[in-house]
Amino acid sequence: MNWKLWSLKKSIWVFHVNTGACNNCDIEIVNLLTPKFDVERFGIKLVGSPRHADALLVTGGGTRQAAVRLREVYRQTAKPCVVFCMGACACGMGIFEKGYHMAGPIDKIVKEVDPNAIIAYVPGCPPKPETMISGVVKALSAL
Amino acid sequence: MIQALTNLFWILIFPGFVFTLAVGLVAAWLVRKVSALVQYRVGPPVYQPAADVMKLLGKEILIPQDAQRAVFVAAPLIGLSGVLLLSTVLWLALAQREFVGDIIVAIYVMVLPSLALILGSSASSSPHAAIGAGREMKLVLSYELPLLLAFVVVIIKTSGALEAGEQLSLVAIAQHTPVLSISGMLAFIVALLCVQAKLGFVPFDIAESESEVASGVMIEYSGALLALWKLMQTLMLVALPLFLVTVFLGGIGTSVASVLGGVGKYVLVLVLVILIKNTNPRVRIDQAMRFFWFYCGTALLAAVVLATLGNYYGVGWL
Repeated sequence: MNWKLWSLKKSIWVFHVNTGACNNCDIEIVNLLTPKFDVERFGIKLVGSPRHADALLVTGGGTRQAAVRLREVYRQTAKPCVVFCMGACACGMGIFEKGYHMAGPIDKIVKEVDPNAIIAYVPGCPPKPETMISGVVKALSAL
Repeated sequence: MIQALTNLFWILIFPGFVFTLAVGLVAAWLVRKVSALVQYRVGPPVYQPAADVMKLLGKEILIPQDAQRAVFVAAPLIGLSGVLLLSTVLWLALAQREFVGDIIVAIYVMVLPSLALILGSSASSSPHAAIGAGREMKLVLSYELPLLLAFVVVIIKTSGALEAGEQLSLVAIAQHTPVLSISGMLAFIVALLCVQAKLGFVPFDIAESESEVASGVMIEYSGALLALWKLMQTLMLVALPLFLVTVFLGGIGTSVASVLGGVGKYVLVLVLVILIKNTNPRVRIDQAMRFFWFYCGTALLAAVVLATLGNYYGVGWL
Protein backbone atom coordinates (compact mmCIF):
# COMPACT_ATOMS: atom_id res chain seq x y z
CA MET A 1 0.00 0.00 0.00
CA ASN A 2 1.05 3.57 -0.63
CA TRP A 3 2.73 5.10 2.49
CA LYS A 4 0.62 8.24 2.31
CA LEU A 5 -2.61 6.29 2.36
CA TRP A 6 -1.39 3.91 5.08
CA SER A 7 -0.36 6.71 7.41
CA LEU A 8 -3.56 8.66 6.71
CA LYS A 9 -5.64 5.65 7.70
CA LYS A 10 -3.60 5.04 10.84
CA SER A 11 -3.67 8.60 12.10
CA ILE A 12 -6.92 10.48 11.66
CA TRP A 13 -6.96 13.86 13.41
CA VAL A 14 -10.47 15.11 13.86
CA PHE A 15 -11.88 18.62 14.07
CA HIS A 16 -15.36 18.95 15.46
CA VAL A 17 -17.72 21.46 13.82
CA ASN A 18 -21.12 22.18 15.33
CA THR A 19 -23.50 23.70 12.78
CA GLY A 20 -26.54 24.12 15.01
CA ALA A 21 -26.77 20.73 16.67
CA CYS A 22 -28.73 20.13 19.87
CA ASN A 23 -25.52 18.91 21.61
CA ASN A 24 -26.66 15.29 21.70
CA CYS A 25 -24.33 14.21 18.89
CA ASP A 26 -21.53 16.31 20.39
CA ILE A 27 -21.81 14.47 23.68
CA GLU A 28 -21.68 11.13 21.88
CA ILE A 29 -18.59 12.29 19.97
CA VAL A 30 -16.82 13.24 23.18
CA ASN A 31 -17.88 9.85 24.47
CA LEU A 32 -15.60 8.30 21.83
CA LEU A 33 -12.56 9.58 23.72
CA THR A 34 -13.53 8.06 27.05
CA PRO A 35 -11.94 4.86 28.37
CA LYS A 36 -14.92 2.78 27.23
CA PHE A 37 -14.38 3.42 23.50
CA ASP A 38 -10.89 5.02 23.40
CA VAL A 39 -10.49 5.83 19.70
CA GLU A 40 -6.86 6.76 20.34
CA ARG A 41 -6.29 3.01 19.87
CA PHE A 42 -6.80 3.68 16.15
CA GLY A 43 -4.80 6.90 16.16
CA ILE A 44 -7.90 9.10 16.12
CA LYS A 45 -7.37 12.32 18.05
CA LEU A 46 -9.33 15.55 18.51
CA VAL A 47 -7.36 18.63 17.43
CA GLY A 48 -8.04 22.31 18.00
CA SER A 49 -7.38 23.73 14.55
CA PRO A 50 -8.86 22.74 11.16
CA ARG A 51 -5.39 23.12 9.62
CA HIS A 52 -4.24 20.09 11.60
CA ALA A 53 -7.33 18.02 10.80
CA ASP A 54 -7.85 15.09 8.42
CA ALA A 55 -11.54 14.73 9.13
CA LEU A 56 -14.31 17.17 9.94
CA LEU A 57 -16.97 15.76 12.24
CA VAL A 58 -19.97 17.91 11.40
CA THR A 59 -23.03 17.80 13.65
CA GLY A 60 -26.26 19.75 13.23
CA GLY A 61 -28.32 20.52 10.18
CA GLY A 62 -26.43 23.53 8.88
CA THR A 63 -28.19 26.76 9.78
CA ARG A 64 -27.81 29.82 7.56
CA GLN A 65 -25.45 31.40 10.09
CA ALA A 66 -23.34 28.27 10.43
CA ALA A 67 -23.16 27.48 6.70
CA VAL A 68 -20.81 30.40 6.03
CA ARG A 69 -18.51 29.24 8.82
CA LEU A 70 -18.63 25.62 7.70
CA ARG A 71 -17.54 26.61 4.18
CA GLU A 72 -14.69 28.65 5.65
CA VAL A 73 -13.58 25.79 7.91
CA TYR A 74 -13.65 23.39 4.97
CA ARG A 75 -11.49 25.75 2.92
CA GLN A 76 -8.99 26.00 5.79
CA THR A 77 -8.67 22.25 6.25
CA ALA A 78 -5.52 20.74 4.77
CA LYS A 79 -6.45 18.33 2.00
CA PRO A 80 -6.90 15.38 1.68
CA CYS A 81 -9.71 15.41 4.21
CA VAL A 82 -12.96 13.58 4.85
CA VAL A 83 -16.22 15.18 6.00
CA PHE A 84 -18.33 13.09 8.36
CA CYS A 85 -22.00 14.03 8.67
CA MET A 86 -22.78 12.87 12.20
CA GLY A 87 -26.43 12.28 13.04
CA ALA A 88 -29.79 12.62 11.36
CA CYS A 89 -29.68 16.45 11.14
CA ALA A 90 -26.32 16.51 9.42
CA CYS A 91 -27.29 13.77 6.97
CA GLY A 92 -30.61 15.28 5.86
CA MET A 93 -31.63 18.10 8.25
CA GLY A 94 -33.87 15.70 10.25
CA ILE A 95 -36.89 17.34 11.85
CA PHE A 96 -35.66 20.80 10.83
CA GLU A 97 -36.04 20.02 7.14
CA LYS A 98 -38.70 22.70 6.52
CA GLY A 99 -37.24 25.24 8.93
CA TYR A 100 -36.87 28.81 7.67
CA HIS A 101 -33.38 29.07 9.12
CA MET A 102 -31.82 26.05 7.43
CA ALA A 103 -29.25 26.21 4.62
CA GLY A 104 -28.31 22.50 4.79
CA PRO A 105 -27.97 19.64 4.50
CA ILE A 106 -24.23 19.49 5.18
CA ASP A 107 -23.24 17.69 1.98
CA LYS A 108 -24.89 20.42 -0.11
CA ILE A 109 -23.06 23.19 1.80
CA VAL A 110 -19.67 21.48 1.52
CA LYS A 111 -20.15 20.66 -2.16
CA GLU A 112 -20.66 24.34 -2.92
CA VAL A 113 -17.00 24.78 -1.97
CA ASP A 114 -15.58 21.57 -3.37
CA PRO A 115 -17.77 19.40 -5.65
CA ASN A 116 -15.37 16.47 -5.20
CA ALA A 117 -15.40 16.50 -1.38
CA ILE A 118 -15.32 13.08 0.28
CA ILE A 119 -18.42 12.86 2.46
CA ALA A 120 -19.47 10.04 4.79
CA TYR A 121 -22.86 9.77 6.46
CA VAL A 122 -23.50 8.35 9.94
CA PRO A 123 -27.27 8.48 10.64
CA GLY A 124 -28.91 8.23 14.05
CA CYS A 125 -30.37 10.61 16.61
CA PRO A 126 -27.82 10.56 18.10
CA PRO A 127 -25.68 7.83 16.47
CA LYS A 128 -24.21 5.45 19.02
CA PRO A 129 -20.43 5.62 19.48
CA GLU A 130 -20.20 2.12 18.01
CA THR A 131 -22.01 3.37 14.90
CA MET A 132 -19.61 6.28 14.59
CA ILE A 133 -16.57 4.00 14.82
CA SER A 134 -18.07 1.65 12.23
CA GLY A 135 -18.86 4.64 9.99
CA VAL A 136 -15.26 5.86 10.20
CA VAL A 137 -13.96 2.37 9.44
CA LYS A 138 -16.24 2.04 6.41
CA ALA A 139 -15.26 5.48 5.09
CA LEU A 140 -11.57 4.66 5.48
CA SER A 141 -11.81 1.29 3.78
CA ALA A 142 -13.46 3.04 0.82
CA LEU A 143 -10.49 5.40 0.37
CA MET B 1 38.56 13.80 4.79
CA ILE B 2 38.09 10.70 6.94
CA GLN B 3 37.68 12.97 9.97
CA ALA B 4 35.00 14.99 8.20
CA LEU B 5 33.13 11.83 7.18
CA THR B 6 33.25 10.48 10.73
CA ASN B 7 31.92 13.75 12.08
CA LEU B 8 29.13 13.73 9.51
CA PHE B 9 28.26 10.17 10.52
CA TRP B 10 28.21 11.21 14.18
CA ILE B 11 25.93 14.13 13.50
CA LEU B 12 23.55 12.56 10.98
CA ILE B 13 23.34 8.86 11.77
CA PHE B 14 24.47 7.32 15.00
CA PRO B 15 24.10 9.55 17.99
CA GLY B 16 22.76 12.38 15.88
CA PHE B 17 19.59 12.75 13.86
CA VAL B 18 18.49 9.22 12.92
CA PHE B 19 19.25 7.59 16.26
CA THR B 20 17.76 10.44 18.32
CA LEU B 21 14.68 10.40 16.12
CA ALA B 22 14.21 6.67 16.66
CA VAL B 23 14.55 7.08 20.43
CA GLY B 24 12.28 10.12 20.31
CA LEU B 25 9.50 8.30 18.46
CA VAL B 26 9.56 5.54 21.07
CA ALA B 27 9.56 8.18 23.83
CA ALA B 28 6.60 9.98 22.23
CA TRP B 29 4.73 6.68 22.11
CA LEU B 30 5.63 6.13 25.77
CA VAL B 31 4.14 9.51 26.66
CA ARG B 32 0.82 8.68 25.01
CA LYS B 33 0.74 5.09 26.21
CA VAL B 34 1.52 5.89 29.86
CA SER B 35 -1.03 8.74 29.77
CA ALA B 36 -3.59 6.28 28.41
CA LEU B 37 -2.79 3.74 31.12
CA VAL B 38 -3.15 6.40 33.81
CA GLN B 39 -6.63 7.15 32.41
CA TYR B 40 -7.59 3.44 32.20
CA ARG B 41 -7.47 3.46 28.40
CA VAL B 42 -5.63 1.16 26.01
CA GLY B 43 -3.68 3.81 24.14
CA PRO B 44 -2.20 3.98 20.65
CA PRO B 45 -0.01 1.32 18.98
CA VAL B 46 3.78 1.70 19.01
CA TYR B 47 4.02 3.05 15.45
CA GLN B 48 1.56 5.88 16.17
CA PRO B 49 4.03 8.84 16.40
CA ALA B 50 5.76 7.67 13.20
CA ALA B 51 2.40 7.35 11.41
CA ASP B 52 1.42 10.86 12.55
CA VAL B 53 4.61 12.40 11.16
CA MET B 54 4.37 10.41 7.89
CA LYS B 55 0.78 11.49 7.41
CA LEU B 56 1.62 15.15 8.00
CA LEU B 57 4.47 14.94 5.48
CA GLY B 58 1.98 13.75 2.86
CA LYS B 59 -0.55 16.52 3.43
CA GLU B 60 -1.14 19.90 1.86
CA ILE B 61 0.80 22.89 3.24
CA LEU B 62 -1.38 25.94 3.78
CA ILE B 63 0.28 29.31 4.32
CA PRO B 64 -1.96 32.16 5.52
CA GLN B 65 -2.33 35.04 3.09
CA ASP B 66 -1.02 37.71 5.50
CA ALA B 67 1.83 35.59 6.88
CA GLN B 68 5.51 36.48 6.58
CA ARG B 69 6.23 33.57 4.26
CA ALA B 70 10.00 33.24 4.71
CA VAL B 71 9.92 33.43 8.51
CA PHE B 72 6.85 31.20 8.67
CA VAL B 73 8.64 28.47 6.71
CA ALA B 74 12.09 28.94 8.27
CA ALA B 75 10.98 28.89 11.94
CA PRO B 76 10.36 25.12 12.20
CA LEU B 77 13.73 24.47 10.54
CA ILE B 78 15.51 26.72 13.05
CA GLY B 79 13.80 24.97 15.95
CA LEU B 80 14.54 21.52 14.59
CA SER B 81 18.21 22.26 13.97
CA GLY B 82 18.54 23.74 17.47
CA VAL B 83 17.30 20.56 19.14
CA LEU B 84 19.38 18.45 16.77
CA LEU B 85 22.50 20.35 17.79
CA LEU B 86 21.65 20.00 21.47
CA SER B 87 21.11 16.26 21.24
CA THR B 88 24.32 15.71 19.27
CA VAL B 89 26.34 17.70 21.82
CA LEU B 90 24.79 15.68 24.63
CA TRP B 91 25.35 12.29 23.02
CA LEU B 92 28.98 13.17 22.28
CA ALA B 93 29.49 14.39 25.86
CA LEU B 94 27.95 11.19 27.18
CA ALA B 95 30.21 9.09 24.97
CA GLN B 96 33.11 11.08 26.52
CA ARG B 97 34.54 12.37 23.29
CA GLU B 98 37.11 15.15 23.72
CA PHE B 99 35.72 18.68 23.41
CA VAL B 100 32.17 19.06 22.14
CA GLY B 101 31.00 22.22 23.82
CA ASP B 102 30.40 23.05 27.45
CA ILE B 103 27.28 23.53 29.53
CA ILE B 104 26.92 27.15 28.39
CA VAL B 105 26.57 26.02 24.77
CA ALA B 106 23.93 23.50 25.76
CA ILE B 107 21.95 26.11 27.73
CA TYR B 108 22.22 28.53 24.82
CA VAL B 109 21.06 26.00 22.22
CA MET B 110 18.23 24.89 24.49
CA VAL B 111 16.47 28.27 24.10
CA LEU B 112 16.38 28.00 20.29
CA PRO B 113 13.22 25.83 20.02
CA SER B 114 11.15 28.23 22.13
CA LEU B 115 12.48 31.21 20.20
CA ALA B 116 11.66 29.50 16.90
CA LEU B 117 8.16 28.78 18.17
CA ILE B 118 7.65 32.45 19.07
CA LEU B 119 9.06 33.50 15.70
CA GLY B 120 6.89 31.12 13.70
CA SER B 121 3.67 31.91 15.49
CA SER B 122 4.26 35.67 15.30
CA ALA B 123 4.85 35.33 11.57
CA SER B 124 1.55 33.55 11.00
CA SER B 125 -0.60 36.67 11.55
CA SER B 126 -3.28 34.82 13.47
CA PRO B 127 -4.72 36.35 16.65
CA HIS B 128 -4.77 32.98 18.40
CA ALA B 129 -1.12 32.43 17.49
CA ALA B 130 -0.29 35.93 18.74
CA ILE B 131 -1.79 35.10 22.14
CA GLY B 132 0.13 31.82 22.08
CA ALA B 133 3.38 33.59 21.21
CA GLY B 134 2.89 36.09 24.02
CA ARG B 135 2.28 33.31 26.50
CA GLU B 136 5.27 31.33 25.26
CA MET B 137 7.45 34.42 25.66
CA LYS B 138 6.27 34.97 29.23
CA LEU B 139 6.80 31.29 29.96
CA VAL B 140 10.38 31.44 28.64
CA LEU B 141 11.04 34.49 30.83
CA SER B 142 9.58 32.60 33.80
CA TYR B 143 11.52 29.37 33.61
CA GLU B 144 14.88 30.50 32.24
CA LEU B 145 15.94 32.12 35.55
CA PRO B 146 15.30 29.06 37.78
CA LEU B 147 16.82 26.78 35.14
CA LEU B 148 20.02 28.83 35.00
CA LEU B 149 20.20 28.93 38.81
CA ALA B 150 19.79 25.15 38.89
CA PHE B 151 22.79 24.78 36.60
CA VAL B 152 24.73 27.27 38.74
CA VAL B 153 24.12 24.93 41.69
CA VAL B 154 25.52 22.03 39.66
CA ILE B 155 28.57 24.03 38.62
CA ILE B 156 29.25 25.03 42.25
CA LYS B 157 28.73 21.45 43.46
CA THR B 158 31.09 19.90 40.95
CA SER B 159 33.71 22.66 40.81
CA GLY B 160 35.49 21.48 43.95
CA ALA B 161 36.13 18.09 42.40
CA LEU B 162 37.30 19.32 39.00
CA GLU B 163 40.53 20.70 37.63
CA ALA B 164 40.78 24.36 36.73
CA GLY B 165 39.39 25.09 33.27
CA GLU B 166 37.16 22.00 33.40
CA GLN B 167 34.35 23.40 35.54
CA LEU B 168 32.00 24.02 32.65
CA SER B 169 32.74 20.94 30.55
CA LEU B 170 29.77 18.63 30.13
CA VAL B 171 32.08 15.61 29.92
CA ALA B 172 33.54 16.44 33.33
CA ILE B 173 30.18 17.28 34.94
CA ALA B 174 28.73 14.00 33.68
CA GLN B 175 31.16 12.12 35.97
CA HIS B 176 29.44 13.46 39.09
CA THR B 177 26.00 13.03 40.60
CA PRO B 178 25.06 16.34 42.27
CA VAL B 179 21.56 15.00 42.95
CA LEU B 180 22.90 13.08 45.96
CA SER B 181 22.91 16.19 48.13
CA ILE B 182 20.31 18.59 49.50
CA SER B 183 21.11 21.48 47.16
CA GLY B 184 21.49 19.16 44.16
CA MET B 185 18.13 17.53 44.90
CA LEU B 186 16.42 20.93 45.10
CA ALA B 187 18.04 21.98 41.84
CA PHE B 188 17.02 18.71 40.16
CA ILE B 189 13.37 19.05 41.17
CA VAL B 190 13.19 22.64 39.90
CA ALA B 191 15.02 21.76 36.67
CA LEU B 192 12.53 18.91 36.14
CA LEU B 193 9.65 21.38 36.37
CA CYS B 194 11.44 23.75 33.98
CA VAL B 195 11.87 20.87 31.53
CA GLN B 196 8.14 20.24 31.86
CA ALA B 197 7.53 23.83 30.79
CA LYS B 198 10.10 23.62 28.00
CA LEU B 199 8.43 20.50 26.60
CA GLY B 200 5.10 22.32 26.65
CA PHE B 201 3.43 19.68 28.82
CA VAL B 202 0.58 20.15 31.29
CA PRO B 203 0.60 22.00 33.76
CA PHE B 204 2.68 24.42 31.67
CA ASP B 205 1.16 23.91 28.21
CA ILE B 206 -0.23 27.44 28.44
CA ALA B 207 1.12 28.46 25.03
CA GLU B 208 -0.68 25.75 23.09
CA SER B 209 -3.66 25.13 25.34
CA GLU B 210 -6.13 23.42 23.06
CA SER B 211 -9.31 24.43 24.84
CA GLU B 212 -8.68 28.20 24.94
CA VAL B 213 -6.47 29.26 22.03
CA ALA B 214 -6.91 26.17 19.80
CA SER B 215 -3.31 24.88 19.97
CA GLY B 216 -2.10 28.52 20.03
CA VAL B 217 1.40 28.80 18.66
CA MET B 218 0.93 26.08 16.03
CA ILE B 219 -2.59 26.95 14.96
CA GLU B 220 -1.73 28.04 11.40
CA TYR B 221 0.75 25.29 10.62
CA SER B 222 -0.26 22.34 8.48
CA GLY B 223 1.27 19.51 6.49
CA ALA B 224 5.04 19.13 6.35
CA LEU B 225 5.70 22.28 8.42
CA LEU B 226 3.57 20.91 11.25
CA ALA B 227 5.46 17.64 10.85
CA LEU B 228 8.70 19.56 11.47
CA TRP B 229 7.25 21.01 14.70
CA LYS B 230 6.17 17.54 15.78
CA LEU B 231 9.66 16.21 14.99
CA MET B 232 11.14 19.04 17.03
CA GLN B 233 8.96 18.15 20.01
CA THR B 234 9.85 14.49 19.56
CA LEU B 235 13.58 15.27 19.61
CA MET B 236 13.13 17.53 22.65
CA LEU B 237 11.59 14.55 24.41
CA VAL B 238 15.01 12.91 24.07
CA ALA B 239 17.32 15.87 24.48
CA LEU B 240 15.89 17.54 27.60
CA PRO B 241 15.57 14.49 29.90
CA LEU B 242 18.99 13.43 28.62
CA PHE B 243 20.37 16.81 29.61
CA LEU B 244 19.00 16.33 33.13
CA VAL B 245 20.57 12.86 33.23
CA THR B 246 23.92 14.27 32.10
CA VAL B 247 23.99 17.19 34.48
CA PHE B 248 22.30 15.87 37.62
CA LEU B 249 22.26 12.09 37.56
CA GLY B 250 25.81 11.28 36.53
CA GLY B 251 25.47 10.65 32.81
CA ILE B 252 25.31 7.36 30.98
CA GLY B 253 28.91 6.14 30.73
CA THR B 254 30.44 3.68 28.32
CA SER B 255 30.47 0.20 29.93
CA VAL B 256 27.52 -2.13 29.36
CA ALA B 257 26.25 -1.99 32.95
CA SER B 258 26.43 1.81 33.11
CA VAL B 259 24.68 2.14 29.74
CA LEU B 260 21.81 0.04 31.07
CA GLY B 261 21.77 2.18 34.22
CA GLY B 262 21.78 5.30 32.05
CA VAL B 263 18.81 4.09 30.04
CA GLY B 264 17.07 3.42 33.36
CA LYS B 265 17.80 6.98 34.51
CA TYR B 266 16.44 8.42 31.24
CA VAL B 267 13.24 6.37 31.46
CA LEU B 268 12.88 7.39 35.12
CA VAL B 269 13.07 11.10 34.26
CA LEU B 270 10.68 10.61 31.34
CA VAL B 271 8.10 8.76 33.43
CA LEU B 272 8.34 11.44 36.14
CA VAL B 273 7.59 14.05 33.49
CA ILE B 274 4.63 12.02 32.18
CA LEU B 275 3.20 11.50 35.65
CA ILE B 276 3.43 15.22 36.47
CA LYS B 277 1.70 15.83 33.13
CA ASN B 278 -1.18 13.52 33.98
CA THR B 279 -1.84 14.51 37.56
CA ASN B 280 -2.00 18.29 37.25
CA PRO B 281 -4.40 20.80 35.74
CA ARG B 282 -3.18 23.62 33.51
CA VAL B 283 -2.15 26.78 35.37
CA ARG B 284 -2.66 30.35 34.21
CA ILE B 285 0.33 32.28 32.90
CA ASP B 286 0.51 34.53 35.99
CA GLN B 287 0.37 31.50 38.27
CA ALA B 288 3.19 29.87 36.31
CA MET B 289 5.27 33.03 36.52
CA ARG B 290 4.73 33.39 40.27
CA PHE B 291 5.51 29.72 40.75
CA PHE B 292 8.78 29.85 38.85
CA TRP B 293 10.06 33.17 40.10
CA PHE B 294 9.01 33.21 43.73
CA TYR B 295 8.81 29.58 44.82
CA CYS B 296 11.38 27.95 42.53
CA GLY B 297 13.63 31.02 42.61
CA THR B 298 13.66 31.15 46.41
CA ALA B 299 14.28 27.42 46.70
CA LEU B 300 17.20 27.73 44.32
CA LEU B 301 18.72 30.72 46.10
CA ALA B 302 18.71 28.57 49.24
CA ALA B 303 20.27 25.76 47.20
CA VAL B 304 23.02 28.04 45.90
CA VAL B 305 23.83 29.18 49.45
CA LEU B 306 23.82 25.58 50.69
CA ALA B 307 26.05 24.42 47.85
CA THR B 308 28.53 27.25 48.43
CA LEU B 309 28.64 26.52 52.17
CA GLY B 310 29.07 22.81 51.51
CA ASN B 311 31.89 23.54 49.11
CA TYR B 312 33.60 25.93 51.50
CA TYR B 313 33.50 23.63 54.51
CA GLY B 314 33.93 20.47 52.46
CA VAL B 315 30.55 18.93 53.41
CA GLY B 316 29.45 16.70 50.54
CA TRP B 317 25.79 16.23 51.41
CA LEU B 318 24.83 19.89 51.66
